[in-house]
Amino acid sequence: MSASAVHSLWTMAADPIEKIQAPKIEYGQLSPTLIVIGAAILGVLIEAFVPRRSRYYAQVFVAIVALAASFAAVVGLAAGGYATTKAGIAAMGAIAVDGPALFLQGTILLAGLLGVFTFAERRLDPAAHGKRVDSFAAQAASVPGSDSEKAAVKAGFATTEVFPLLLFAIGGMLIFPAANDLLTLFIALEVFSLPLYLLCAVARRKRLMSQEAAVKYFLLGAFASAFTLFGIALLYGYAGSVSYATIAQVVDGTVQNVSPALAATMGNDALLLVGGAMLVMGLLFKVGAVPFHMWTPDVYQGAPTPVTGFMAAATKVAAFGALLRLLYVVLPGLRWDWRPVMWAVAIVTMLGGAIVAITQTDIKRLLAYSSIAHAGFILAGVIATSPDGVSSVLFYLGAYSFVTIGAFAVVTLVRDAGGEATHLSKWAGLGRRSPLVAAVFAVFLLAFAGIPLTSGFAGKFAVFKAAAESGAGAIVVIGVISSAIAAFFYIRVIVLMFFSQPRPEGPTVAVPSPLTMTAIGVGVAVTLVLGVAPQYFLDLAGQAGVFVR
Amino acid sequence: MENLIALLVAAPLLGAAVLLCGGRRLDAVGHWIGTALAAVSFVLGVVLFADMLGKSPENRTLMQHLFSWIPVEGFQANVGFQLDQLSMTFVLLITGVGSLIHLYSIGYMEHDERRRRFFGYLNLFLAAMLLLVVADNYLLLYVGWEGVGLASYLLIGFWQHKPSAATAAKKAFLVNRVGDMGLSIAIMLMFTTFGTFAFGPVFQATGALTSGADAPGSEGKLTAIGLMLLLAACGKSAQVPLQSWLGDAMEGPTPVSALIHAATMVTAGVYLIVRSGDIFNAAPDAQLAVTVVGAVTLLFGAIVGCAKDDIKKALAGSTMSQIGYMVLAAGLGPIGYAFAIMHLVTHGFFKAGLFLGAGSVMHGMNDEVDMRKYGGLRKYMPITFVTFGLGYLAIIGFPGLSGFFSKDKIIEAAFAKGGAEGWILGGAALLGAAITAFYMTRVMLMTFFGEERWRHAPTPSPAEPSVEPAAETRGAHAEPHPHESPKVMTIPMIVLAVGSVFAGAFFGIGERFVKWLEPVTGFEHGHPPVSALTVTLSTVAVMVVGVGFAYAQYGRRPVPVVAPRGSLLTRAARRDLLQDDFNHVVLVRGGEHLTRSLVYVDHTLVDGVVNGTAATMGGLSGRLRRLQNGFARSYAVSMFGGAAVLIAATLLMRAV
Repeated sequence: MSASAVHSLWTMAADPIEKIQAPKIEYGQLSPTLIVIGAAILGVLIEAFVPRRSRYYAQVFVAIVALAASFAAVVGLAAGGYATTKAGIAAMGAIAVDGPALFLQGTILLAGLLGVFTFAERRLDPAAHGKRVDSFAAQAASVPGSDSEKAAVKAGFATTEVFPLLLFAIGGMLIFPAANDLLTLFIALEVFSLPLYLLCAVARRKRLMSQEAAVKYFLLGAFASAFTLFGIALLYGYAGSVSYATIAQVVDGTVQNVSPALAATMGNDALLLVGGAMLVMGLLFKVGAVPFHMWTPDVYQGAPTPVTGFMAAATKVAAFGALLRLLYVVLPGLRWDWRPVMWAVAIVTMLGGAIVAITQTDIKRLLAYSSIAHAGFILAGVIATSPDGVSSVLFYLGAYSFVTIGAFAVVTLVRDAGGEATHLSKWAGLGRRSPLVAAVFAVFLLAFAGIPLTSGFAGKFAVFKAAAESGAGAIVVIGVISSAIAAFFYIRVIVLMFFSQPRPEGPTVAVPSPLTMTAIGVGVAVTLVLGVAPQYFLDLAGQAGVFVR
Repeated sequence: MENLIALLVAAPLLGAAVLLCGGRRLDAVGHWIGTALAAVSFVLGVVLFADMLGKSPENRTLMQHLFSWIPVEGFQANVGFQLDQLSMTFVLLITGVGSLIHLYSIGYMEHDERRRRFFGYLNLFLAAMLLLVVADNYLLLYVGWEGVGLASYLLIGFWQHKPSAATAAKKAFLVNRVGDMGLSIAIMLMFTTFGTFAFGPVFQATGALTSGADAPGSEGKLTAIGLMLLLAACGKSAQVPLQSWLGDAMEGPTPVSALIHAATMVTAGVYLIVRSGDIFNAAPDAQLAVTVVGAVTLLFGAIVGCAKDDIKKALAGSTMSQIGYMVLAAGLGPIGYAFAIMHLVTHGFFKAGLFLGAGSVMHGMNDEVDMRKYGGLRKYMPITFVTFGLGYLAIIGFPGLSGFFSKDKIIEAAFAKGGAEGWILGGAALLGAAITAFYMTRVMLMTFFGEERWRHAPTPSPAEPSVEPAAETRGAHAEPHPHESPKVMTIPMIVLAVGSVFAGAFFGIGERFVKWLEPVTGFEHGHPPVSALTVTLSTVAVMVVGVGFAYAQYGRRPVPVVAPRGSLLTRAARRDLLQDDFNHVVLVRGGEHLTRSLVYVDHTLVDGVVNGTAATMGGLSGRLRRLQNGFARSYAVSMFGGAAVLIAATLLMRAV
C-alpha cells in the first residue's frame, strides 16, 4: 500500500469526531427479534437464580410467552403495512423489514412455538426416581454411563437450558432471512448455529450417538462457516461494501469506486464469482443440499427427536430465506451465472435425496433424506427468479415446517424399552395397534409425498409451476420423477404400518401430554387446511413475495 | 308453436324421472302415469301436425334454439330442435304406436311386480327416441341415439333374473357400441371437415361441394362420413354385419319387442341415412354400400325367419328383412327416400300389430313361444286371429293392404336404379318378397290353423332350448287354456290392424306421402327398365308362389311337434346363418388372442421396464448409501469437492 493511501486512511479516521452519528434503531420494527433475544437472556438468568424445581415451569412459560408475543409483533408489523407499502431497511441498513422477512419470521416463530411444546413434553419417558423427565439428558456435562450421570439422574436434574438455547437459536433465525448486509448475515448464522450444535448433544437416551452427531454437525458447520466467511471477504473485496444494496449496485455497474482504498481489487469479477459461490455454498450446507448434505442423516438421527423436528423445520426456513434474499437482492445481476449451477444442484439434490432414502431402515434417517429431497424441490422454486418463485417458496416452507414438526413429534411417541423405536421394522402393524397415531403419521407421509388434499401437493404444485413458467421445464420433469421415487418410500411406510402383521415384541405408543398433542394436532390441521383450501395462504405468500432493496 | 317441441320431449322424460325416482308408493298408479304422459306427447304431436298442415309445404320446418350446450370457441354445441316433415312423421309414429303399446302393456305386464319400473323405462325410451328425431344437430341426435340404446338395454334385460335375458341385453349393448362408434367417428369427421355438426350448415356445405363450389371437404371425406353413418345405422337397425343382437333381443317383454325392436328404435338407422341424404347423394360409393347392406340383410333376415320355431324370433327375422328393404330404398337416393320412410311407417303399424298379436297368443298360452306347440288357435282367440291375419296380409303385400303399396314401390325403385345393379337389387327385393310370403304364411298356419298341438304337448323342445325360459318364469307346465286377451290389449291391436289395412292406400294413392316428404328429402321419379305394372304383377305373383309353398308344407301336412332335422340350409338358418359362430371365431377368439398378446407384452415388456427401473433405483440407492460412511472427514471432503465444483462451474459459466 502506498504511503499516500496509508495517509488517507489515517486522515479519514482522524476526521472530526462529530461526523460519527449515534446509530438510529427502529425498535418497533425490530421488536420480534428483540423480544426473543431478551427472553433468551431472561432464560439464562432464570437458570442462574431460580430454584431448580421451578426452573422448568418458568422456562416453558417465558419461552411460550416470548414466542407468542414475538409472533403477535410480526402480525402487527405485517398488518401495519411493513410487509408491503412501508417495507424498508432498519438498524442502519443491517436488517430488512419486508414481506418475505416477516412471512418467514412468522413461520419460524410458529415452528418454534410447536418446538417448545415438544421440548417440554415430560410424559413419554418413564419417570426416573419418581420424577417426570423429558427427552434431554439429566446433566449434559456428565460422561455417558459414568457415576456422575447416574447421580444426576437420581437427583432428578433436567437440562432446562434447552429453552434459552432454543430461544437464542430462534433469535438468530429471525435475523438470518432479514439480514441486509453480509456481516449481519454471518453473525445471525453463528447465533442460530451454535445453540443448535449444543442442543444436538443433549439427548437423554443414546447419548453417545447424540454427542457424535453434535460434534459432526459442529465440525462440518464450522467448515461451512469458514467458506461463508471467506466468501464474504471476497465479496467485500469486489464491492468495497458488505451492504446488500451496495453490492447489488456495484454488480449492476450503477455505482463505482465505493471505497477508494480497495481500488485495486474492486470490480474484479473473479472475486465476485468465487465469493458468491462460496457464500451460496455456506447456505446450501444449512439447507442440506447435495453435495453438502452428508451431515443431515447423521445429525437428524443422533439429535434428540424434538430438536430434530425443530431444526429440520426452522433451519430450512431461515436458510432458504437468506438464500432467496442473497440471490434476489444481491446477485440478481449474476442470474445467468448462478442459475445453471443452481439447476444442477437442485437436480442432484432432488434425485440424491429420493434415491438414497429408498434403502433406509431408520425412520429418522428416512425423514432426513426426505428433507434433502424437499430441499431440492424448494431449490426448483428458488431458481425460478420470478415473484411467483418467491411466493411459492414461502408457501412451501410454511407448509413443510408443520408437516416436519408433526411427523417428528409422532416419532417421539412410538417407544420400546430402549426409548424411541426408530427402526422401521418395529413400525410394522402399527396401524392395527394404534390406528389414530398411524393414521396421523400417514397424513404427514402423504403430505411429504405431495398427494392432493395435503399441503405437500399445493406446495409442490406452486413450486413446480413457478419453475415451469420460468422456463425450467427440465427441472420440473426431474422433480416429478423424484417425487415418484420418493412416493415409493413414503407409501412403503404406510403399507408397513397398515398391511403388515404387528410384531409380538413390538413397540408401544405412549400417550403424550396435551403439549405434544397440540403440536401434532396443529400439524395435521395445517396440513389439511393448506391442502384443501390453499388459495388464501398462496395469496398471502404472493403479497409477501417482494423483497425490499 | 316451437315451444311445444321441447314439451314433446319433456313429457315422457318427466314420466321416466317420476316413475324411476318415485319409489314403491307409485306402484299402484305408475302405469297410468306413464301411459298418460305418452298420450300427452301424442296429443302434442297431433297439435304440431295440424299446425304444420296449415302452412305451405316449403315453410313447414320449425326451428327452436333451446340453449347453448357446450359453448367453446370454435366448437359450438347447441341444444336445438328441428321439426320438419320427416321428423313429424317419426314423432307421430313414435308417440302413436308408443301410446298404444303403453296401453297394451298395462294388461300384458299386469302380473309383474316391477311394472312401474317397466313404464319408467318405456317413457325414457320415448323421450330419447323423440330427442333423436327432433334434434337439429348430430351431437344432440347422438344423445338420443345413446338414450334409446340405454332404454333398449334396460328393457331387453328387464327380466334380468333370466340369464338368457341378461346375456341378450349385454349382447345388444355391445353390438350397438360398435355402431355407436361409427356415429361418433362420423360426427368427428364432420367437425374436422366442416367445423360444425349442425344439420343445416353440414348439408349446405355438402350441397356446395356437389355443385362444384369452393367448399371444405372432398368426396373421399364424404364417403368416409357416409360409411361411418352406415356403420351406425347397421348397429341400431340390426343390418348385416351387426345384425346378431336382434334375435336375442326378443328375450325382452313382448311390448318392448313391438315398440323398440320392430316399430321405432330399429328404424333409427333408416332415419339417420335419410336425414343425411345430402351427404349420401354426394358420395355414390357410400350409397352403393347402403344398398348392398340393405339387399343382403333383407334376404338374410327372411331366410332366418323361415327356420325359426319361436314365434318372436321368426318375427324378428322378418323385422330385420323389412328394415333391409328400407335401407335398400334409402340407398337408392332421392328415388327411394320417401318410399323407405313410407315402408317404415306402414311396417310400424303391421309389425307392431303382429308382435302384439304374438304377445296376445303367448299371454293365452302360458308364455309358450314355440309355434310347434300352437295350432288351431283361431277358435280361441278370434280378435287376435283377425288382427294378426290382417297384419299378415299387409306384410306379405296382399294387394290393397299397406305392405303392398310400400313394398311394391321399393322393388320398383330398386329396378329403376338401372344397369346390372338395378337388376340384382330388384331381383333380390323380389326374391325377398317371395320368401316373406313363405315364412309369414308358415307362422300364420302353424299358429292359428291345423291341429291343436298344445294338448298334451311334451315340454322339452330340443331344437331351441333357449326359447324355453319364458315358460318357466311364470311357472306353468300344465296344459294351457288358450283364451282371448283383455280389452286393454285387444284395442291397441285393433287400432294397429286398421292402420295395417288402410295406411298404405292412404299414403300411396296419388303419391300423397311422397309429396309430403318431398321438401325435405327431395324426390325423383324412377324409370324401371320394365313397366311399373310388370313389376307389380311379378310382386304379386312371387307372393302367391311363396304362400303356395308354405301351404304345401305346413297347411296340407301336419306340423311335427318336434322339429325335424332339416336340410343343411335349414339348420344353418336355425342358427341364424351361423352369425354367432362367425362372431365367435373371428371376433371373440381374435379378441382373446389380442388380449393375451397384450397381457404378455404387459407382463414382459412393461412390467420388465417398471421392475427393472425399481431394481436399478434400489441398486443405485444401495451404492450411494455407502458414501454415507459416518466419518466426518469423508463428509468434509465431499463438501470441499462440492465447493470446488460449484466455484469452477460458476467461473465456467462466465467463461462460456
